[in-house]
Amino acid sequence: MSDDMVTLSIDGLEVSVPKGTHLIRAAEAAGIAIPRFCDHPLLDPVGACRQCLVEITDAGNGRGFPKPQPSCTTEAANGMVALTGASSAAARQAQADILELLLINHPLDCPVCDKGGECPLQNQALADGRGETRFTDVKRTYPTPTPVSELILLDRERCVLCTRCTRFADQIAGDPTLALVERGAKQQVGIYPDEPFHSYFSGNVVQICPVGALTSADYRFSARPFDLVSTATTCENCASGCQLRVDARHFEVKRRYAGEAPDINEEWSCDRGRFGFVSARGEDRLTRPLVRRGGELQPVTWPEALAAAVAGLTPALGSTGVLTGGRLTLETAYAYSTFARKVLRTHNIDFRSRLASDEEAAFLAAYVVGRPDVTYADLDRAARVVLVAFEPEEESPAVFLRLRKAVRKGGLKIATIAPYRSRGAAKLGAELLPAGPADVVNALAGLTADENTILLVGERLAATPGGYSALAGLLGRTGARLAWIPRRAGEIGALVAGCLPGLLPGARPVDDPEARAEVAKVWGELPAVDGLDVTAMIAAAASGRLRALVTSGIEAADFADPALVAAALKTAFVVSLETRLSQVAAAADVVLPVDLLEQQVGTFLNWEHRTGAVNQVVDHPRLPMTEVRVLAALAAALGTPLGFATPEAARAGLLTLPRYEGERASMLRIEPETALPSGVVLASWRELLDDSRLLDGAGHLVATAPPAVARISPQTRRTEGLATSTFVRLTGPKGSVTFPLVVTPTMVDDVIWVPARARDKLLADIGVDVGGAVTLSAAPDPKKEGEE
Amino acid sequence: MSHFQSYFPDTGSVDMTDRTSALDKSHIERLTAMADRYPERRSALLPMLHYVQAVDGRVSPVGIEICAEIVGATSAEVSGVATFYTQFRRRAGGKHHIGICTTALCAVMGGDALVETVERKLGIQADETTPDGLFTLERIECNAACDFAPVMMVNWEFMDNMTPDKAEQLLDDLAAGRVVHSTRGPEITSWADTEAVLAGLDDGRADEGPSAGGPSLEGVRLAAEHGWTGVPGKDTK
Amino acid sequence: MTDTLTPVLTRNWGTDRSWTLDAYRAQGGYAGLKQALTMSPKAVTDLVKDAGLRGRGGAGFPTGLKWSFVPQDNPNPKYLVVNGDESEPGTCKDIPLMMASPHTLVEGVIISAYAINAHTAFIYIRGEVAHPIRRVRAAVREAYAAGLLGANILGSGYDLELIVHAGAGAYICGEETALLNSLAGLRGQPRLRPPFPAVAGLYASPTVINNVESIATVPSILAYGKDWFQSMGTEKSKGFTIYSLSGHVARPGQYEAPLGITMRELLELAGGVRAGHTLKFFTPGGSSTPILTAADLDVTLDYEGLAAKGTMLGTKAMQIFDETVSVVRTTRRWVDFYKHESCGKCTPCREGTWWLAQILARLEAGEGEPGDVDKLVSVASSIGGRSFCPLADGAVACVTSAVKHFREEFEVGYTTPAWEHLPYAQSTLFAKEVRP
Repeated sequence: MSDDMVTLSIDGLEVSVPKGTHLIRAAEAAGIAIPRFCDHPLLDPVGACRQCLVEITDAGNGRGFPKPQPSCTTEAANGMVALTGASSAAARQAQADILELLLINHPLDCPVCDKGGECPLQNQALADGRGETRFTDVKRTYPTPTPVSELILLDRERCVLCTRCTRFADQIAGDPTLALVERGAKQQVGIYPDEPFHSYFSGNVVQICPVGALTSADYRFSARPFDLVSTATTCENCASGCQLRVDARHFEVKRRYAGEAPDINEEWSCDRGRFGFVSARGEDRLTRPLVRRGGELQPVTWPEALAAAVAGLTPALGSTGVLTGGRLTLETAYAYSTFARKVLRTHNIDFRSRLASDEEAAFLAAYVVGRPDVTYADLDRAARVVLVAFEPEEESPAVFLRLRKAVRKGGLKIATIAPYRSRGAAKLGAELLPAGPADVVNALAGLTADENTILLVGERLAATPGGYSALAGLLGRTGARLAWIPRRAGEIGALVAGCLPGLLPGARPVDDPEARAEVAKVWGELPAVDGLDVTAMIAAAASGRLRALVTSGIEAADFADPALVAAALKTAFVVSLETRLSQVAAAADVVLPVDLLEQQVGTFLNWEHRTGAVNQVVDHPRLPMTEVRVLAALAAALGTPLGFATPEAARAGLLTLPRYEGERASMLRIEPETALPSGVVLASWRELLDDSRLLDGAGHLVATAPPAVARISPQTRRTEGLATSTFVRLTGPKGSVTFPLVVTPTMVDDVIWVPARARDKLLADIGVDVGGAVTLSAAPDPKKEGEE
Repeated sequence: MSHFQSYFPDTGSVDMTDRTSALDKSHIERLTAMADRYPERRSALLPMLHYVQAVDGRVSPVGIEICAEIVGATSAEVSGVATFYTQFRRRAGGKHHIGICTTALCAVMGGDALVETVERKLGIQADETTPDGLFTLERIECNAACDFAPVMMVNWEFMDNMTPDKAEQLLDDLAAGRVVHSTRGPEITSWADTEAVLAGLDDGRADEGPSAGGPSLEGVRLAAEHGWTGVPGKDTK
Repeated sequence: MTDTLTPVLTRNWGTDRSWTLDAYRAQGGYAGLKQALTMSPKAVTDLVKDAGLRGRGGAGFPTGLKWSFVPQDNPNPKYLVVNGDESEPGTCKDIPLMMASPHTLVEGVIISAYAINAHTAFIYIRGEVAHPIRRVRAAVREAYAAGLLGANILGSGYDLELIVHAGAGAYICGEETALLNSLAGLRGQPRLRPPFPAVAGLYASPTVINNVESIATVPSILAYGKDWFQSMGTEKSKGFTIYSLSGHVARPGQYEAPLGITMRELLELAGGVRAGHTLKFFTPGGSSTPILTAADLDVTLDYEGLAAKGTMLGTKAMQIFDETVSVVRTTRRWVDFYKHESCGKCTPCREGTWWLAQILARLEAGEGEPGDVDKLVSVASSIGGRSFCPLADGAVACVTSAVKHFREEFEVGYTTPAWEHLPYAQSTLFAKEVRP
């Protein structure tokens, strides 16, 4: 027996558990259920509800406890003898008494409570409670419900004060704006009235509430647990790979809960993953193909649509670009990769509907694709993590939670290369290594790191010329470990599927003869001409050099230059595969509707390259066409069979490729720009709850987003003559945009930060990229201006 | 039960409808200095909230927000602290705080009767303030002066061995602005002044009042009478 | 042979300007500190341990032993926190001590902090007592000015900062972990043990928390020695303590005596029950200790003697009630107190006191229903021993002990209001003053 284990007896069953394990966990390990409310394995124990009392006849020292002990806070000890309600009348009595006390002030309104049917309190009352109450006195009542945010409602009368929600807010999310207030019998969960419980993780409190005290504004009164059909799936909102449990009723998703995935998101989900699932329920949902006739998109039959696509694409074979966006499953991405090379005879394919560079593409091919090096569990154990152009709370919330846990529990130290110490960085206790966009290269060059350092790199590094080159140098110099964490759920899958001009499936460089030969066995002979990347494709399409585009799930606003994208869409022949009539689809010549993610199967590869199954949640009869099926039909119509027509077959096709053992792509070294822009430099990133189309319809969720503000340092405020302004106008070559001004002490001087995609404030519209210079001027309060 | 308040519509927060505050830059500097006295700033929260009361007459929303900012907590957390402790007022009260102990022993010894007397005299119930803004009445719990029961506290100064007659006289004197002294403490000034003392400000009144009241000295008196001593040496009588 | 009363802590309470440094020094004050500074911290701890001083705040845990639990190899700072949150109903000894002789406490703090190698100490005083706070603050100021606090105390090289901190009204903060939370600027709710404060207390650093009287006793042990201390008291309850008598007694007040004096002796010293009345019941150590009756007068007032009677020495606060008093009324008031002071953290205390209070309200009003007394006892048993901290056990103790001794009187509440059964005016201090 290891020194780290203790052996004890619970209800006569011998159990061995690691030292420090609480009795309630030891009982679980032995398959013994102990009722509980406040206990939650991922929260610090509190011992508040007292429902889990057990009898301990021997504490391991030959002496027992005269009183029943809470199993959630009592550590197992060698030789301990514990008796739960199953074998001890004293424990059973204690548990029954606590249950009775919990119910005296409970409204007993199960018939109208969302939790009814899945409520631990209800279940225990039915199983172990008294049939009749002995309590004949006056119950405690409150006005009910009270909103704690736009998303979450609180029924104080139902609350058992277990403090799971407040401990979650404090310990896990780091957003203690949900807190205990008042005292004694009036103690309650509350907010400060001017400070709602706005947290990217707020929905978790609904899920972990052991009663119906916290309910979601979206789900309230909309279904009964026993009418719901639950399906496990993987979240599509970011590259964290969170496992979800999706509950549907009548072919419609009603709610999404965090799944249980100890290796990934544990039992948590961010609010975007939880509540942002209604975007395709608007009137723009596409269910019929459209073809542009007389300048207008007209509904047509599938054969008509395919014929129109063939008519446009056939003359453009070899001169077509494929833009796949970053949100496709691995299978769909592989279908596009196949479609481009085999059917359209081109390497013009790129998944990056965002800032992108050659340098980045080379780095991804050389260092990222097929080379998973870091896992969530590694973050738990890490000693030092450096964030590079990466804001985990905004871009990969599950990574943020895991980092925060490691900081709290494991003593992890975090540093962040960023223009200011963001809210998320502060909650991680991160040390700021201040760097505006142009200083990132220097910061990387000067970074001390070793093989015990983990670098978490975000997609925004592409905005800094020379950034990935400096990173590659750092990796070579220090042996630090790397994880590249993109924002979108499909980017790692797109890399693996070969949705880059220089990359074939399975991390194969397109210019490697051996790699080409392996793929050619499956696809046939590969196009000989080098492909264009996203930037080149858009430029070529806009200028007429590229004759056609095939697009999937992209938004013009996501690109560095939306106007150029618009021009490209106008000039080229465009086939758009879409779920909704987006701006891109509206500008297309042929629009082919495809299934929603919730209607198909597939796989997401998260940032760890971990496989996450996407399962069919609803079987919608109106549109039985997955994107893979549509591509297969289009390929057939173009005269070259795709080779598969379902996601399952696409996956099988990908797996027929052997594991690639050959040379990897080589890194393209870029020197940093030496001519720095004069004036105030723009820094920016996308926030979790911004103007994303995936958030359409999720009004309650979007209402909880932090306000969109511009941030500058106190000194920049002075040097830019903004000392008395509360609003600032940023002006670039194409226009200007106004934000409320927040002076941020940690901000790098001569840099202004604004959110990239605030609602109605597209940064791209001013014509300046991150790292470029903007002109600042004082602006009046737009609201007051409107009143005048 | 009629005496049971079972509906708590106004709980959960301080009074947010009144956003007024007298806290200015100098007060904020003092609050910050209070926080800096402690190894961790948040430790100063209770004294800081006492100081907010001394200035604003209550725990004002502005005061909560300032304290939250200084100690690095959320306003909800500070509100959770402010609503936990009974000395923190959510609404403005009277110039003088009249606390009458009605825990068991004082209640039996006359505390209940004192409450009735004062309620009748002032025309208010417990937890109410007189319309002239002079008095707020509160039933308080045991105030550690049981040997002086029944106990009344005026602005948290002892008014020992209170009787209905003495209580009425006391209220008349305070209302008339006459000088009143605590039986074991200084001259009575105002509740706000006391809050400043609790916050840590020195009002220079430590030397007022006796060293101890009669009952506190019963044992010593008896020992002296009998020549009993506790310590060896020159103290021995 | 020790004397019947042994004024040590109380002996200077009546002297002129007793609260000042001059007056304290005039009667030998700070001699204990000088003695301590000649010793090693460990020797001071051992001395207090050997003397047998036990905590005077209720639990009776050996003080020196508590100090010895502080892990001196822990790299964090060590803290001493003095519990001056005196709030247990009936308890009224620390407040007069702080008012009359604050330097006794300050001297005790310096010695005790020295013993545990603390360089920051706090005196947490309940907020509802302005004048003791003034006096302790003034004493601390004097001590700093006299080189007794601050850097290099009396040239010893030992540094100590002492902060006097006012609470804001919460009985539960007398519980040591709740006090630590309160001192950290949090809601004063008890927290889990382990980790114990000695290991991870204030700011997660090693912390000793002692009652005012315990700390104030320390200088005398240093000044007069452990043999002197042990010459008083009983075998397991060494030394002297302050007994607080209140209620229907001829001369309520503070009586400092060796541990082990009997209740009968103490009551006689205080002149007996008020003239013309007889003893009905009393609390031996505050309202959280089960009540006793006239049959128990010969109990010795030490930790063991009261435990043998199924009750506790607690804070040595004897509240004495004569035959005019309705036990239903007092029990209800005590339970109302616990309900009011329950922190709300755990179910049995928060919900249980809510329920007990309602049953007792009915019984006091004569609106009880047959079975209510059994229900009262049953609900009390649902609470007792199940709560997070001892507060609820105190609430239960007063209920169950009262019903045990006076069940019939509770059953009167099925038909008759307590104020009719035992008119309340008869119990007041100013019985003749009350108007009809």
